[in-house]
Amino acid sequence: MLLWIVMAVLTAAASLAVLIPLGRPPRAASAHAGAARSIYRDQLDELARDRERGLIGDAEADAARVEISRRLLNSDAPAPGDATGASPAYRIERLVALVAIPIVAIGTYLYVGAPQLADRPVASRQAEPAVEGSVDNLISKVEAHLAANPEDGRGWEVLAPIYMRLGRFDDAVRALGNAKRLLGSTADRESLYGEALTRASGNVVTEDARAAFDRALKFDPEDVRSRFFIAMSLGQAGRKDDAIAAWKALIASAPADAPWLSAAQAELAQFQPTATVTPAAPVAPGPTASDVAATAEQTPAERQQMIEGMVAGLAGKLEADPVDTTGWERLFRAYMVLGKPEAGKAALVRARALLAERPDLLAVVEQAAHDIGIGKD
Amino acid sequence: MIVEIGHYALVLALALALAGGTLPFWGALRGDVRLMAVASTTAVAQFLLVALSFAVLTYAYVVSDFSVQNVVENSHSLKPLLYKVSGVWGNHEGSMLLWVLILVLFGALVAMFSENLPLKLKALVLSVQSWISAAFLLFVLIASNPFLRLDPAPLQGRDLNPLLQDVGLAIHPPLLYLGYVGCSISFAFAIAALIDGRIDAAWARWVRPWTLTAWCFLTLGIAMGSYWAYYELGWGGWWFWDPVENASFMPWLAATALLHSAIVMEKREALKIWTILLAILTFSLSLLGTFLVRSGVLTSVHAFATDPTRGIFILCILCVFIGGAFSLFAARAGSLGQGGLFAPISREGALVLNNLLLTAACATVFVGTLYPLALEALTGEKISVGAPFFDMTFGPMMVPLLIAVPFGPFLAWKRGDIVAAGQRLLFAFGAAMTVVVIGLALMGTPSALALFGIALAVWLMVGALSEIGFRTKLGRVSLAESWRRGAGLPRSAWGTTVAHFGIGVTVLGIIASTAWNSETILTLKPGETVTVGSRVLTMDGFVPISGGTYTGTSVRFTVREGGNVVATMEPEKRLYSVQNMPTTEAAIKTFGFSQLYVSLGDISADGSTVVRVYWKTLVALIWLGALVMTAGGVLSLSDRRLRVGAPKPARRSVPLPAE
Repeated sequence: MLLWIVMAVLTAAASLAVLIPLGRPPRAASAHAGAARSIYRDQLDELARDRERGLIGDAEADAARVEISRRLLNSDAPAPGDATGASPAYRIERLVALVAIPIVAIGTYLYVGAPQLADRPVASRQAEPAVEGSVDNLISKVEAHLAANPEDGRGWEVLAPIYMRLGRFDDAVRALGNAKRLLGSTADRESLYGEALTRASGNVVTEDARAAFDRALKFDPEDVRSRFFIAMSLGQAGRKDDAIAAWKALIASAPADAPWLSAAQAELAQFQPTATVTPAAPVAPGPTASDVAATAEQTPAERQQMIEGMVAGLAGKLEADPVDTTGWERLFRAYMVLGKPEAGKAALVRARALLAERPDLLAVVEQAAHDIGIGKD
Repeated sequence: MIVEIGHYALVLALALALAGGTLPFWGALRGDVRLMAVASTTAVAQFLLVALSFAVLTYAYVVSDFSVQNVVENSHSLKPLLYKVSGVWGNHEGSMLLWVLILVLFGALVAMFSENLPLKLKALVLSVQSWISAAFLLFVLIASNPFLRLDPAPLQGRDLNPLLQDVGLAIHPPLLYLGYVGCSISFAFAIAALIDGRIDAAWARWVRPWTLTAWCFLTLGIAMGSYWAYYELGWGGWWFWDPVENASFMPWLAATALLHSAIVMEKREALKIWTILLAILTFSLSLLGTFLVRSGVLTSVHAFATDPTRGIFILCILCVFIGGAFSLFAARAGSLGQGGLFAPISREGALVLNNLLLTAACATVFVGTLYPLALEALTGEKISVGAPFFDMTFGPMMVPLLIAVPFGPFLAWKRGDIVAAGQRLLFAFGAAMTVVVIGLALMGTPSALALFGIALAVWLMVGALSEIGFRTKLGRVSLAESWRRGAGLPRSAWGTTVAHFGIGVTVLGIIASTAWNSETILTLKPGETVTVGSRVLTMDGFVPISGGTYTGTSVRFTVREGGNVVATMEPEKRLYSVQNMPTTEAAIKTFGFSQLYVSLGDISADGSTVVRVYWKTLVALIWLGALVMTAGGVLSLSDRRLRVGAPKPARRSVPLPAE
């Protein structure tokens, strides 16, 4: 309601801007002639000053004086259209002010405006119920809270799994790093941190990640997530027998309904094609806060799809930027992990073509391919 | 509710602009005084409404009202307050609103501070201004409305482009817009004069303060933008002949020409047609600049959004106003009367030469900027016209102009004596030659071209001072007498001297920083040093930084000269987390007028960092010169003659009756 009152007041003021001058008796208007005359007189004075300062010669000053004087005389002549006949009724003009302006304004406003929407300054919205918010909104709330209280370890810990779920692995690494720093290391934090690092580097268990899993196992030698990824890292490092042993041990210790069991069996199957793969565990109906973000949760098909997507992305990046030797190394390793050595070989051929002019880098890439076992047979 | 009030105020301003464009115009044609008076009140009311609207948008940014789409797209609740406010015009919609705000501001200023203006001329000027406002208000409301709402509203915004989160952005666009849009007033005056059919010396004097004001802001805005590019983009360059830069430079060249030709028109009533043409041209180039920057025809940091409908809308505005203006000009130009006569060698002649060279230079920039666009549109071929083209064409055209500049003020009106002027400039010539001789002796022939440039700068500066020295009879009479004479000189004479001196300063900066710069790109580890001239930079180590919406690393350098620490520098690399965009912040230390410039490249895990170190001799003079030029403009603006012809209002206007 207040909005409409303010709008009415504004509209009235706008109409008055037209109505007031129409209703006011004409002031002694400065006509062109008068204003121009005073300027010409000033020019004559200026001419005299210029003459004194030597800015114009004597003869020229005389000529200029004649020119200006002639203009001064001419300025008295009435120009067409200077007549000041006024038509006092102004019916149309008043109509414009009282009707046309409000109609144009209100009409356009109703077309473009949103009068039903209230202001939503951010300060007044902290108390808003979360139901309205999507996950994005929830995250922004927590982020805003953490920006103000960066030492709140609990906040970081809550945020980290959500980042993982959204695929924001770099942010998850940062959040878990903060949680570890503020709340101390635990098996769970270390192993989740290791997983975040692994995911952030395209599912390759990096040295940092491996160190995190090792720390987690110090706290809890039975930590399943750490054991899972360590087994994965053994496979990626080409230590086939160690990997098989690790996977077997992991599967043996697993309860029959463990959600990651089928993923582990799929991993094992890569090394032992004969190993039996139990059908994928039924997919849980929907993600809950407790079962966040472990590779093992996804069905093998989902997981395979995700990994292949990442590998394709990496291959694309290398097409554009072939000098990234560690990228090539990761790509080869990924193909080996996926059980596609022929794709790895194709990638090596591509690397040779792209790096033809950089033999130094190519040597590094060749060496990496050799170590990983691409192009051997 | 507050946001909607701002939106409604904008709509109402459009309705008023339509009324203010028609009623006074009709009144001027009928000679109806009351109808003409409507122009002033509607102009002021338009300004108040748009100002209200702008204030509301600013409020929405400050309180981070994410129900406004524009705020969501360009702000973040954690951004520092300064950047929340500057973010209002750091995007397409907001900057167009600022454009309109300045447009109606100039209209309101004309309405309030032109008591001496004939009513009819004033009514026509303000109706033309209202038509321009109406066109742009319509554009804002239809094609780039900053008040569009979102429901449901997100809880967080997407943050502003990090490159634009800078103090430079807070100042550069408003200054530039004051300049761009200020040109609309001279345009409105030109159109009004063409409609009225009366163009005389008085007209030129009425236009002058507005042109001068716009020119001052344009100069400051361009200088500011150039400095911003220099320190923010991290490449050590200060002018790239980028189409967007050219878009602001063309109106400046035209406005500079207009300032000078308007002097001739005002003093001797010559060059009438030419001056009108320049006034139309200047604003047309401003509109063209707006079109190029806002339509997305050019992609650069300035092109906030690429949206063809906007481009077409602005193109239509462009065609209507420029086409209309030139048609009117063609129809009326023939009827303009003959002005004062002058000999080729005279003050008038010198100003004509100035105009010829400036407009030719402007045309060169125009071709260099638009030719690639036209070629791409017609054949699809992409070419890039860059610095080499402009160095080959623009440069040679500036040299004769700069050589001629000191002569102008020495030539008398109507018929001048070039020999006498030359004699009076002997001292300046001697100073310039001395620089060349000393320079050649010290540095040898390889620097000859640079030395010629330096000599040109000295010629400009000493030449400008010579004029004042001559007028005050410095050295020929007692110092007190010279002082008395100097104080008696009109401010516009001082303005000329100061502005011309400023060009010399800028030229000196350009030549010296181009000829004697050094650029070192190398990889440093903490503890290592790099030597630049007589100074040694030591990389001390890394400092983590964070602020608002970014985190990053700064690298600390200690600068030593002869073993003594003279400065510490901390260039930064920042990562803006919301847009996941890295930026570099160069560190700049000024020694005298020269600058040491350090910016960072990649930082490796082992701490080795790619560092670019530039030494720029006298580079600060480039922008200092622009400030001096502006100071000259302001001095000239304060000249008493611009206030003459302003008969004191007979009585204060009585308080408005409450109706």
